[in-house]
Amino acid sequence: MSLASAYGQRINPYPGKLVIVEGIDGSGKSTQLALLAQWLRSEGHLVTFSEWNSSPIVRATTARGKKRQLLTPLTFSLIHATDFSDRVERDIVPALKAGAVVLADRYVFTAFARDVARGVDRQWVRALYRFAVTPTLAVYFRAPLQVALHRILSGRPKLKFYEAGMDLRLDPDPTESYKRFQSRIQVEYEGLVPEFGLATMDATLPVEVQQRSLRELIRPHLVGIARSPRAEGFEAGEEQRA
Amino acid sequence: MKRFESYGQGVPGLELGDLSGWLIVVEGPDGVGRTTHVNRLRAHLEQLGYAVAETGLTRSDLASRGIRRAKQGNTLGANAFNLFYATDFADRLEQQIVPALRAGFVMITDRYIFSLMARAIVRGADPDWIKQVYSFALMPDVVFYLRIGAEQLVPRVLADGPFDYWESGMDVPMGEDLYDSFVNYQGRIIHELDALAKEYGFHMLDATRDVDDISDELCASVTRLLMKRPAGAAT
Repeated sequence: MSLASAYGQRINPYPGKLVIVEGIDGSGKSTQLALLAQWLRSEGHLVTFSEWNSSPIVRATTARGKKRQLLTPLTFSLIHATDFSDRVERDIVPALKAGAVVLADRYVFTAFARDVARGVDRQWVRALYRFAVTPTLAVYFRAPLQVALHRILSGRPKLKFYEAGMDLRLDPDPTESYKRFQSRIQVEYEGLVPEFGLATMDATLPVEVQQRSLRELIRPHLVGIARSPRAEGFEAGEEQRA
Repeated sequence: MKRFESYGQGVPGLELGDLSGWLIVVEGPDGVGRTTHVNRLRAHLEQLGYAVAETGLTRSDLASRGIRRAKQGNTLGANAFNLFYATDFADRLEQQIVPALRAGFVMITDRYIFSLMARAIVRGADPDWIKQVYSFALMPDVVFYLRIGAEQLVPRVLADGPFDYWESGMDVPMGEDLYDSFVNYQGRIIHELDALAKEYGFHMLDATRDVDDISDELCASVTRLLMKRPAGAAT
Protein backbone atom coordinates (compact mmCIF):
# COMPACT_ATOMS: atom_id res chain seq x y z
CA MET A 1 0.00 0.00 0.00
CA SER A 2 1.58 3.25 -1.07
CA LEU A 3 2.28 5.94 1.50
CA ALA A 4 0.93 8.62 -0.81
CA SER A 5 -2.60 7.43 -0.09
CA ALA A 6 -2.32 7.17 3.68
CA TYR A 7 -3.14 9.63 6.48
CA GLY A 8 -0.84 12.63 6.73
CA GLN A 9 -1.22 14.23 3.31
CA ARG A 10 -3.97 16.72 4.11
CA ILE A 11 -2.01 19.53 5.72
CA ASN A 12 -4.14 22.23 7.36
CA PRO A 13 -4.20 25.14 4.85
CA TYR A 14 -6.58 27.26 6.96
CA PRO A 15 -5.90 30.13 9.36
CA GLY A 16 -7.16 28.21 12.42
CA LYS A 17 -5.15 25.78 14.53
CA LEU A 18 -6.02 22.20 15.41
CA VAL A 19 -4.83 20.93 18.77
CA ILE A 20 -5.53 17.35 19.75
CA VAL A 21 -4.80 15.22 22.79
CA GLU A 22 -4.44 11.46 22.85
CA GLY A 23 -3.82 8.78 25.45
CA ILE A 24 -5.44 5.79 27.09
CA ASP A 25 -8.43 6.22 29.42
CA GLY A 26 -7.33 7.70 32.72
CA SER A 27 -4.31 9.50 31.31
CA GLY A 28 -5.78 12.86 32.36
CA LYS A 29 -5.89 14.34 28.84
CA SER A 30 -9.49 15.59 29.05
CA THR A 31 -8.78 17.56 32.23
CA GLN A 32 -5.78 19.18 30.58
CA LEU A 33 -7.71 20.06 27.44
CA ALA A 34 -10.50 21.69 29.46
CA LEU A 35 -7.95 23.78 31.36
CA LEU A 36 -6.28 24.74 28.09
CA ALA A 37 -9.62 25.85 26.64
CA GLN A 38 -10.27 28.15 29.59
CA TRP A 39 -6.86 29.71 29.29
CA LEU A 40 -7.14 30.20 25.52
CA ARG A 41 -10.49 31.93 25.96
CA SER A 42 -9.12 34.18 28.66
CA GLU A 43 -6.39 35.12 26.18
CA GLY A 44 -9.13 36.16 23.75
CA HIS A 45 -8.87 33.30 21.27
CA LEU A 46 -11.80 31.79 19.45
CA VAL A 47 -12.02 28.27 20.81
CA THR A 48 -14.22 25.42 19.65
CA PHE A 49 -14.40 21.87 20.89
CA SER A 50 -14.86 19.07 18.43
CA GLU A 51 -16.83 16.26 20.00
CA TRP A 52 -16.97 12.62 18.97
CA ASN A 53 -20.26 11.40 17.55
CA SER A 54 -21.35 14.66 15.96
CA SER A 55 -23.91 13.33 13.48
CA PRO A 56 -27.14 12.19 15.17
CA ILE A 57 -27.82 9.66 12.42
CA VAL A 58 -24.44 8.00 12.61
CA ARG A 59 -24.61 8.19 16.39
CA ALA A 60 -27.91 6.27 16.34
CA THR A 61 -26.36 3.56 14.16
CA THR A 62 -23.30 3.28 16.39
CA ALA A 63 -25.49 3.07 19.49
CA ARG A 64 -27.62 0.40 17.88
CA GLY A 65 -24.54 -1.59 16.84
CA LYS A 66 -23.11 -1.40 20.34
CA LYS A 67 -26.33 -2.18 22.15
CA ARG A 68 -27.11 -5.20 20.02
CA GLN A 69 -23.45 -6.19 19.75
CA LEU A 70 -23.61 -6.15 15.96
CA LEU A 71 -20.20 -4.54 15.53
CA THR A 72 -17.14 -6.49 14.44
CA PRO A 73 -13.63 -5.01 14.39
CA LEU A 74 -14.21 -4.02 10.74
CA THR A 75 -17.62 -2.39 11.16
CA PHE A 76 -16.58 -0.80 14.46
CA SER A 77 -13.71 0.83 12.60
CA LEU A 78 -15.84 1.94 9.63
CA ILE A 79 -18.76 3.40 11.59
CA HIS A 80 -16.35 5.45 13.70
CA ALA A 81 -14.58 6.64 10.55
CA THR A 82 -17.99 7.62 9.13
CA ASP A 83 -18.73 9.71 12.17
CA PHE A 84 -15.26 11.20 12.21
CA SER A 85 -15.51 12.14 8.54
CA ASP A 86 -18.72 14.02 9.18
CA ARG A 87 -17.01 15.84 12.05
CA VAL A 88 -14.10 16.84 9.84
CA GLU A 89 -16.35 18.16 7.08
CA ARG A 90 -18.99 19.94 9.15
CA ASP A 91 -17.26 20.83 12.35
CA ILE A 92 -13.47 20.97 12.22
CA VAL A 93 -12.82 22.42 8.75
CA PRO A 94 -15.39 25.27 9.02
CA ALA A 95 -13.98 26.26 12.41
CA LEU A 96 -10.42 26.18 11.05
CA LYS A 97 -11.52 28.34 8.13
CA ALA A 98 -12.97 30.81 10.64
CA GLY A 99 -9.59 31.05 12.35
CA ALA A 100 -10.53 29.26 15.56
CA VAL A 101 -8.36 27.16 17.80
CA VAL A 102 -10.07 23.79 17.45
CA LEU A 103 -9.56 21.43 20.36
CA ALA A 104 -10.21 17.72 19.96
CA ASP A 105 -10.21 15.17 22.75
CA ARG A 106 -8.95 12.17 20.74
CA TYR A 107 -8.34 12.18 16.99
CA VAL A 108 -7.26 9.69 14.31
CA PHE A 109 -4.64 8.18 16.61
CA THR A 110 -7.38 6.78 18.83
CA ALA A 111 -8.64 4.83 15.83
CA PHE A 112 -5.13 3.77 14.82
CA ALA A 113 -4.46 2.44 18.34
CA ARG A 114 -7.88 1.00 19.15
CA ASP A 115 -8.69 -0.56 15.78
CA VAL A 116 -5.29 -2.20 15.43
CA ALA A 117 -5.63 -3.49 19.01
CA ARG A 118 -8.81 -5.14 17.68
CA GLY A 119 -6.93 -6.80 14.83
CA VAL A 120 -7.59 -4.34 12.01
CA ASP A 121 -4.73 -4.02 9.53
CA ARG A 122 -2.32 -1.20 10.42
CA GLN A 123 -1.87 0.14 6.88
CA TRP A 124 -5.54 -0.16 6.03
CA VAL A 125 -6.70 2.03 8.91
CA ARG A 126 -4.05 4.65 8.05
CA ALA A 127 -5.35 4.73 4.51
CA LEU A 128 -8.95 4.90 5.74
CA TYR A 129 -8.27 8.21 7.57
CA ARG A 130 -6.55 9.92 4.69
CA PHE A 131 -9.28 12.60 4.60
CA ALA A 132 -8.34 13.87 8.09
CA VAL A 133 -6.63 17.24 8.40
CA THR A 134 -3.30 16.89 10.19
CA PRO A 135 -3.22 18.64 13.59
CA THR A 136 -1.10 21.70 14.33
CA LEU A 137 -0.18 20.10 17.62
CA ALA A 138 -0.79 16.52 18.80
CA VAL A 139 0.05 15.65 22.38
CA TYR A 140 0.20 12.10 23.71
CA PHE A 141 -0.40 11.79 27.45
CA ARG A 142 1.85 8.99 28.59
CA ALA A 143 0.74 7.32 31.78
CA PRO A 144 1.91 3.97 33.19
CA LEU A 145 -0.81 1.39 32.58
CA GLN A 146 -1.27 0.71 36.31
CA VAL A 147 -1.74 4.41 37.08
CA ALA A 148 -4.32 4.91 34.33
CA LEU A 149 -6.16 1.70 35.23
CA HIS A 150 -6.27 2.71 38.88
CA ARG A 151 -7.75 6.13 37.98
CA ILE A 152 -10.52 4.51 35.96
CA LEU A 153 -11.18 1.33 37.93
CA SER A 154 -11.05 2.78 41.46
CA GLY A 155 -14.38 4.45 40.67
CA ARG A 156 -15.77 0.95 40.06
CA PRO A 157 -17.36 1.87 36.74
CA LYS A 158 -19.69 -0.42 34.91
CA LEU A 159 -17.57 -1.10 31.85
CA LYS A 160 -19.43 -1.30 28.58
CA PHE A 161 -19.03 -4.27 26.25
CA TYR A 162 -16.91 -2.63 23.54
CA GLU A 163 -15.17 -0.28 25.94
CA ALA A 164 -13.87 -3.33 27.81
CA GLY A 165 -12.90 -5.01 24.53
CA MET A 166 -15.26 -7.89 25.36
CA ASP A 167 -15.78 -8.48 21.62
CA LEU A 168 -12.19 -9.76 21.49
CA ARG A 169 -12.89 -12.49 24.05
CA LEU A 170 -9.63 -11.79 25.88
CA ASP A 171 -11.16 -12.61 29.24
CA PRO A 172 -14.71 -13.39 30.42
CA ASP A 173 -14.34 -10.86 33.25
CA PRO A 174 -14.98 -7.29 31.99
CA THR A 175 -12.36 -5.73 34.26
CA GLU A 176 -9.66 -8.22 33.23
CA SER A 177 -10.65 -7.83 29.60
CA TYR A 178 -10.48 -4.04 29.93
CA LYS A 179 -6.96 -4.22 31.40
CA ARG A 180 -5.68 -6.43 28.61
CA PHE A 181 -7.40 -4.32 25.94
CA GLN A 182 -5.98 -1.05 27.34
CA SER A 183 -2.56 -2.64 27.46
CA ARG A 184 -2.76 -3.51 23.77
CA ILE A 185 -3.94 0.02 22.96
CA GLN A 186 -1.03 1.47 24.88
CA VAL A 187 1.45 -0.63 22.92
CA GLU A 188 -0.01 0.79 19.69
CA TYR A 189 0.11 4.36 21.03
CA GLU A 190 3.80 4.00 21.87
CA GLY A 191 4.45 3.04 18.26
CA LEU A 192 2.48 6.05 17.01
CA VAL A 193 4.64 8.55 18.90
CA PRO A 194 7.72 8.17 16.67
CA GLU A 195 5.68 7.29 13.56
CA PHE A 196 3.73 10.57 13.61
CA GLY A 197 6.01 12.71 15.74
CA LEU A 198 3.51 13.19 18.56
CA ALA A 199 4.58 15.46 21.41
CA THR A 200 4.56 13.57 24.70
CA MET A 201 3.44 14.62 28.16
CA ASP A 202 4.42 12.87 31.36
CA ALA A 203 0.93 12.27 32.72
CA THR A 204 2.21 11.40 36.20
CA LEU A 205 3.26 15.01 36.86
CA PRO A 206 0.99 17.34 38.90
CA VAL A 207 -1.92 18.78 36.94
CA GLU A 208 -0.65 22.37 37.03
CA VAL A 209 2.84 21.34 35.89
CA GLN A 210 1.38 19.52 32.90
CA GLN A 211 -0.82 22.51 32.12
CA ARG A 212 2.16 24.87 32.07
CA SER A 213 3.99 22.54 29.67
CA LEU A 214 0.92 22.27 27.48
CA ARG A 215 0.62 26.07 27.24
CA GLU A 216 4.30 26.30 26.31
CA LEU A 217 3.75 23.70 23.58
CA ILE A 218 0.89 25.63 22.02
CA ARG A 219 2.22 29.18 22.48
CA PRO A 220 4.40 29.30 19.34
CA HIS A 221 1.35 28.35 17.24
CA LEU A 222 -0.75 31.23 18.53
CA VAL A 223 1.40 33.99 17.09
CA GLY A 224 -0.53 36.12 14.67
CA ILE A 225 -3.86 34.29 14.86
CA ALA A 226 -7.19 36.02 15.34
CA ARG A 227 -8.28 37.22 18.76
CA SER A 228 -11.62 38.42 19.90
CA PRO A 229 -12.00 42.19 20.27
CA ARG A 230 -13.36 41.44 23.73
CA ALA A 231 -10.62 40.04 25.86
CA GLU A 232 -12.70 37.31 27.44
CA GLY A 233 -15.96 35.45 27.29
CA PHE A 234 -16.13 35.39 23.53
CA GLU A 235 -17.46 31.95 22.75
CA ALA A 236 -18.90 32.19 19.28
CA GLY A 237 -18.35 28.52 18.60
CA GLU A 238 -20.42 27.46 21.57
CA GLU A 239 -23.26 29.82 20.86
CA GLN A 240 -23.50 28.55 17.33
CA ARG A 241 -23.71 24.97 18.50
CA ALA A 242 -26.42 25.71 21.05
CA MET B 1 -5.39 -22.80 -2.52
CA LYS B 2 -8.33 -21.00 -0.97
CA ARG B 3 -11.57 -20.80 -2.85
CA PHE B 4 -11.89 -17.07 -2.07
CA GLU B 5 -9.37 -14.29 -1.59
CA SER B 6 -9.82 -10.66 -0.69
CA TYR B 7 -8.33 -7.79 -2.70
CA GLY B 8 -6.12 -6.65 0.17
CA GLN B 9 -5.58 -7.63 3.77
CA GLY B 10 -9.04 -9.13 4.20
CA VAL B 11 -11.49 -8.96 7.04
CA PRO B 12 -9.91 -8.85 10.51
CA GLY B 13 -10.41 -12.14 12.32
CA LEU B 14 -12.06 -13.85 9.39
CA GLU B 15 -10.70 -17.15 8.12
CA LEU B 16 -11.44 -17.62 4.42
CA GLY B 17 -10.27 -21.21 4.21
CA ASP B 18 -13.65 -22.82 4.86
CA LEU B 19 -15.63 -20.83 2.30
CA SER B 20 -17.20 -22.62 -0.63
CA GLY B 21 -20.20 -21.51 -2.64
CA TRP B 22 -20.13 -18.91 -5.43
CA LEU B 23 -20.19 -15.14 -5.37
CA ILE B 24 -21.96 -13.68 -8.40
CA VAL B 25 -22.16 -9.91 -8.82
CA VAL B 26 -24.52 -7.96 -11.07
CA GLU B 27 -23.47 -4.35 -11.59
CA GLY B 28 -25.02 -1.55 -13.61
CA PRO B 29 -26.55 1.91 -13.22
CA ASP B 30 -29.93 2.72 -11.68
CA GLY B 31 -32.85 1.68 -13.87
CA VAL B 32 -30.92 -0.67 -16.15
CA GLY B 33 -32.96 -3.70 -15.05
CA ARG B 34 -30.68 -5.35 -12.52
CA THR B 35 -33.55 -6.47 -10.28
CA THR B 36 -35.32 -8.22 -13.15
CA HIS B 37 -32.18 -10.08 -14.11
CA VAL B 38 -31.28 -11.01 -10.56
CA ASN B 39 -34.79 -12.43 -10.04
CA ARG B 40 -34.62 -14.43 -13.25
CA LEU B 41 -31.15 -15.74 -12.46
CA ARG B 42 -32.27 -16.77 -9.02
CA ALA B 43 -35.29 -18.67 -10.36
CA HIS B 44 -33.10 -20.35 -12.97
CA LEU B 45 -30.53 -21.53 -10.41
CA GLU B 46 -33.15 -22.72 -7.96
CA GLN B 47 -34.71 -24.71 -10.79
CA LEU B 48 -31.36 -26.45 -11.20
CA GLY B 49 -31.33 -27.25 -7.47
CA TYR B 50 -28.84 -24.67 -6.20
CA ALA B 51 -29.39 -22.86 -2.89
CA VAL B 52 -29.43 -19.16 -3.66
CA ALA B 53 -29.06 -16.14 -1.39
CA GLU B 54 -29.21 -12.51 -2.33
CA THR B 55 -28.03 -9.16 -1.07
CA GLY B 56 -27.86 -5.60 -2.37
CA LEU B 57 -26.93 -2.08 -1.37
CA THR B 58 -28.16 -0.77 1.98
CA ARG B 59 -29.66 -4.07 3.08
CA SER B 60 -27.52 -4.46 6.20
CA ASP B 61 -28.94 -5.01 9.65
CA LEU B 62 -26.51 -2.47 11.06
CA ALA B 63 -26.69 0.55 8.78
CA SER B 64 -29.71 0.33 6.45
CA ARG B 65 -31.98 2.32 8.75
CA GLY B 66 -29.38 5.04 9.29
CA ILE B 67 -28.65 5.40 5.58
CA ARG B 68 -32.37 5.69 4.83
CA ARG B 69 -32.73 8.41 7.46
CA ALA B 70 -29.66 10.24 6.22
CA LYS B 71 -31.04 10.23 2.67
CA GLN B 72 -34.32 11.73 3.78
CA GLY B 73 -32.70 14.82 5.21
CA ASN B 74 -29.43 15.00 3.25
CA THR B 75 -27.82 15.57 6.63
CA LEU B 76 -24.51 13.80 6.10
CA GLY B 77 -21.41 15.13 4.42
CA ALA B 78 -20.48 13.51 1.10
CA ASN B 79 -17.45 11.68 2.40
CA ALA B 80 -19.27 10.52 5.51
CA PHE B 81 -21.90 9.09 3.17
CA ASN B 82 -19.19 7.18 1.29
CA LEU B 83 -18.04 5.64 4.55
CA PHE B 84 -21.58 4.95 5.74
CA TYR B 85 -22.06 2.87 2.57
CA ALA B 86 -18.77 1.11 3.28
CA THR B 87 -20.02 0.28 6.77
CA ASP B 88 -23.22 -1.13 5.30
CA PHE B 89 -21.23 -3.20 2.81
CA ALA B 90 -18.83 -4.51 5.48
CA ASP B 91 -21.76 -5.59 7.65
CA ARG B 92 -23.37 -7.42 4.73
CA LEU B 93 -20.08 -9.04 3.77
CA GLU B 94 -19.59 -10.38 7.29
CA GLN B 95 -23.20 -11.16 8.20
CA GLN B 96 -24.74 -12.19 4.88
CA ILE B 97 -22.22 -12.97 2.14
CA VAL B 98 -19.61 -14.93 4.11
CA PRO B 99 -22.13 -17.14 5.97
CA ALA B 100 -23.91 -17.92 2.70
CA LEU B 101 -20.64 -18.87 1.02
CA ARG B 102 -19.65 -20.99 4.00
CA ALA B 103 -22.94 -22.87 3.62
CA GLY B 104 -22.28 -23.48 -0.08
CA PHE B 105 -24.89 -21.08 -1.47
CA VAL B 106 -24.81 -19.19 -4.71
CA MET B 107 -24.67 -15.61 -3.41
CA ILE B 108 -26.09 -13.17 -5.93
CA THR B 109 -25.18 -9.58 -5.15
CA ASP B 110 -27.18 -6.79 -6.73
CA ARG B 111 -24.30 -4.28 -6.96
CA TYR B 112 -21.08 -4.77 -5.06
CA ILE B 113 -18.17 -2.50 -4.19
CA PHE B 114 -17.94 -1.15 -7.74
CA SER B 115 -21.14 0.91 -7.73
CA LEU B 116 -20.09 2.23 -4.34
CA MET B 117 -16.67 3.18 -5.67
CA ALA B 118 -18.25 4.88 -8.67
CA ARG B 119 -20.68 6.95 -6.60
CA ALA B 120 -17.82 7.99 -4.28
CA ILE B 121 -15.51 8.96 -7.15
CA VAL B 122 -18.27 10.99 -8.82
CA ARG B 123 -18.67 12.86 -5.51
CA GLY B 124 -14.99 13.75 -5.44
CA ALA B 125 -13.36 10.86 -3.57
CA ASP B 126 -9.86 9.89 -4.68
CA PRO B 127 -10.10 6.65 -6.68
CA ASP B 128 -7.04 5.11 -5.02
CA TRP B 129 -8.38 5.92 -1.59
CA ILE B 130 -11.83 4.42 -2.08
CA LYS B 131 -10.28 1.29 -3.62
CA GLN B 132 -8.08 0.90 -0.55
CA VAL B 133 -11.07 1.35 1.73
CA TYR B 134 -12.83 -1.53 -0.05
CA SER B 135 -9.74 -3.74 -0.25
CA PHE B 136 -11.18 -6.01 2.47
CA ALA B 137 -13.86 -7.22 0.01
CA LEU B 138 -13.82 -10.74 -1.41
CA MET B 139 -13.02 -11.14 -5.10
CA PRO B 140 -16.22 -12.42 -6.70
CA ASP B 141 -16.28 -15.36 -9.12
CA VAL B 142 -17.66 -13.07 -11.77
CA VAL B 143 -18.98 -9.54 -12.16
CA PHE B 144 -21.66 -9.04 -14.80
CA TYR B 145 -21.98 -5.46 -15.98
CA LEU B 146 -25.30 -4.41 -17.52
CA ARG B 147 -23.95 -1.70 -19.81
CA ILE B 148 -26.08 1.11 -21.20
CA GLY B 149 -25.62 4.77 -22.14
CA ALA B 150 -27.11 7.49 -19.92
CA GLU B 151 -29.37 8.78 -22.71
CA GLN B 152 -30.77 5.28 -23.28
CA LEU B 153 -31.47 5.02 -19.57
CA VAL B 154 -33.81 8.03 -19.47
CA PRO B 155 -36.92 6.51 -21.09
CA ARG B 156 -36.65 3.40 -18.90
CA VAL B 157 -36.45 5.38 -15.72
CA LEU B 158 -39.28 7.74 -16.73
CA ALA B 159 -41.52 4.76 -17.44
CA ASP B 160 -41.23 3.83 -13.76
CA GLY B 161 -42.17 7.25 -12.40
CA PRO B 162 -40.46 10.56 -11.71
CA PHE B 163 -36.68 10.92 -11.39
CA ASP B 164 -35.34 10.00 -7.96
CA TYR B 165 -33.45 12.73 -6.09
CA TRP B 166 -30.46 10.53 -5.26
CA GLU B 167 -30.40 8.64 -8.57
CA SER B 168 -30.15 12.06 -10.19
CA GLY B 169 -27.20 13.03 -8.01
CA MET B 170 -29.09 16.09 -6.78
CA ASP B 171 -27.01 16.11 -3.61
CA VAL B 172 -24.04 17.08 -5.74
CA PRO B 173 -25.96 18.59 -7.96
CA MET B 174 -25.05 18.17 -11.59
CA GLY B 175 -27.60 20.17 -13.53
CA GLU B 176 -30.30 22.81 -13.32
CA ASP B 177 -33.13 20.35 -12.86
CA LEU B 178 -33.69 16.66 -12.21
CA TYR B 179 -33.48 15.73 -15.89
CA ASP B 180 -30.16 17.49 -16.55
CA SER B 181 -28.72 16.25 -13.31
CA PHE B 182 -29.89 12.69 -13.92
CA VAL B 183 -28.27 12.55 -17.36
CA ASN B 184 -25.03 14.13 -16.16
CA TYR B 185 -24.86 12.12 -12.97
CA GLN B 186 -25.67 8.74 -14.49
CA GLY B 187 -23.32 9.54 -17.36
CA ARG B 188 -20.48 10.04 -14.93
CA ILE B 189 -21.39 6.92 -12.94
CA ILE B 190 -21.36 4.91 -16.17
CA HIS B 191 -18.02 6.45 -17.12
CA GLU B 192 -16.54 5.30 -13.79
CA LEU B 193 -18.11 1.84 -14.06
CA ASP B 194 -16.60 1.51 -17.55
CA ALA B 195 -13.15 2.25 -16.12
CA LEU B 196 -13.67 -0.24 -13.29
CA ALA B 197 -14.92 -2.82 -15.80
CA LYS B 198 -11.60 -2.63 -17.60
CA GLU B 199 -9.53 -2.67 -14.41
CA TYR B 200 -11.37 -5.55 -12.72
CA GLY B 201 -12.34 -7.52 -15.82
CA PHE B 202 -16.14 -7.43 -15.75
CA HIS B 203 -18.23 -9.66 -18.00
CA MET B 204 -20.02 -7.12 -20.22
CA LEU B 205 -23.72 -7.54 -21.03
CA ASP B 206 -25.13 -5.10 -23.59
CA ALA B 207 -28.23 -3.89 -21.74
CA THR B 208 -29.79 -2.23 -24.79
CA ARG B 209 -30.73 -5.65 -26.16
CA ASP B 210 -33.98 -7.53 -25.61
CA VAL B 211 -34.51 -8.44 -21.94
CA ASP B 212 -34.91 -12.17 -22.70
CA ASP B 213 -31.67 -12.29 -24.68
CA ILE B 214 -29.79 -10.69 -21.81
CA SER B 215 -31.15 -13.01 -19.16
CA ASP B 216 -30.54 -16.06 -21.40
CA GLU B 217 -26.89 -15.06 -21.68
CA LEU B 218 -26.62 -14.32 -17.96
CA CYS B 219 -28.20 -17.64 -16.92
CA ALA B 220 -26.11 -19.65 -19.37
CA SER B 221 -22.87 -17.98 -18.25
CA VAL B 222 -23.57 -18.61 -14.59
CA THR B 223 -24.57 -22.22 -15.24
CA ARG B 224 -21.31 -22.82 -17.10
CA LEU B 225 -19.35 -21.25 -14.26
CA LEU B 226 -21.06 -23.41 -11.63
CA MET B 227 -20.32 -26.59 -13.61
CA LYS B 228 -16.73 -25.62 -14.25
CA ARG B 229 -15.96 -24.55 -10.69
CA PRO B 230 -17.71 -26.85 -8.21
CA ALA B 231 -18.29 -25.57 -4.68
CA GLY B 232 -15.30 -25.95 -2.40
CA ALA B 233 -12.88 -26.70 -5.21
CA ALA B 234 -9.68 -24.78 -5.72
CA THR B 235 -9.73 -21.87 -8.13
